[in-house]
Amino acid sequence: MRYKLIWLLAVASAALLAVQIPIIFFKLPDELNQGMVYRIIYFHVPAALTAFTCFFVALICSIGFLTTGNARFDSVAAASTETGLAFATVNLITGSIWGRYAWGIWWTWDARLTSMLVCWLLYAGYLMLRRAVEEPTQRARLSAAVSIFAFADVVIVWKSIEWWRTQHPQPVLSLRGGGGMAEGMQAPIYWDFLAFVLLSAILILIRMRQENVRREIDSLRRFAHAL
Amino acid sequence: MRSLRAAWVVAGKDLRSELRTKETLNASLSFALVILLLFSFILDPDSQTVRAMTGGLLWLVFMFAGALILNRSFARELPNDCLEALIASPLSGAELFLGKCAANFVLLVLVEVICLPVFGIFYNVRWMRQPGLLFVVLLLGAWALTIIGTMFSALTVNLRLRELMLPTLIYPFLVPALMAAIQLTNVLIGGDTLEKDDYIWFRVLAGFDLIFTLLGMALAESVFVG
Repeated sequence: MRYKLIWLLAVASAALLAVQIPIIFFKLPDELNQGMVYRIIYFHVPAALTAFTCFFVALICSIGFLTTGNARFDSVAAASTETGLAFATVNLITGSIWGRYAWGIWWTWDARLTSMLVCWLLYAGYLMLRRAVEEPTQRARLSAAVSIFAFADVVIVWKSIEWWRTQHPQPVLSLRGGGGMAEGMQAPIYWDFLAFVLLSAILILIRMRQENVRREIDSLRRFAHAL
Repeated sequence: MRSLRAAWVVAGKDLRSELRTKETLNASLSFALVILLLFSFILDPDSQTVRAMTGGLLWLVFMFAGALILNRSFARELPNDCLEALIASPLSGAELFLGKCAANFVLLVLVEVICLPVFGIFYNVRWMRQPGLLFVVLLLGAWALTIIGTMFSALTVNLRLRELMLPTLIYPFLVPALMAAIQLTNVLIGGDTLEKDDYIWFRVLAGFDLIFTLLGMALAESVFVG
């Protein structure tokens, strides 16, 4: 059942990307000022949105674990954070490549870039903590607390960018009140976001399975020691 | 009321133990002095740049020196299984957490109050222009550092790599509070009046303190007991 679901999600995600990538590269015109390079937005923005979706899922599952004690929630939270961190990395790298072309520099300590880096560090810390705790229940408990703390912090970090001068382009999607981008050019961002979310669901399912197997191996090992 | 009294018992125990040995306080103050010395090699102590960066330099000193205090907060309970005894006591997780926070807060404020005049003397900075508001910022910033540091000190107390994990985890968490504290300290030590925009940073700092105090108290039981 799980494998069927993974294949189904993979086909849907691949089909969406197969339709959108030719549109992005061949059908849409170049941007007036930036030319070809603006197309990076179709990967940069969906990657950020997917990362935050994953972190939100991790938050919900962490709360779920602390209230119910069900280890499945911990597996989803860990898998979701790892996947989210991968997409956050994509976001940082694509942003950096765009910055090199548009601003002439790979990195600037602008508020939005700094916020994303802080967010990346917070969740990297979560994964580091998971590796440092050996006892599975303790690991789940402590990392659930860190995940809740991290999400609360991310909200404050991102809100604070409104009070800092930023050199990062203002939001271009009309959903965020930006509206600087033509409707036809916005649509692939949403479709790519959907494709990335499906892709992240696949990664989470696979990673979750690994996490469950790891827990089973741990308990078998402890059982063997007890014997 | 009972909870506050219980928290105070824990704080009193920690403070008494610290004042008798002074091990953390001495280490923290010495470390703060070393950082202040190192800054003088990086920056020209008489330049205007230093004065413009006062807030940043001061808060870096407080954060690095504070991490030493926070690291010891729960680690000192490990010998003789004192931590197990504390958890087994009738105290709730939130009371224990608040008590630990109160003791750490007093020690951090003490470090700040000692370092500030030393910084003023070494770097020729007049910091007494708006002492009231500056003191409020120092207290709010110290509480932010305390609440995050105490929570992570509890989280990492049983880890092998405790000393490495704590600073790696707490500094990214403290970014919003640190930004606000640096901004406000710069304005207040520079002798400028607070503009409307600066009050936003007061709200960020106070909001950060409030949110994480409530979260810390809510999660304390799960972190300590499970």
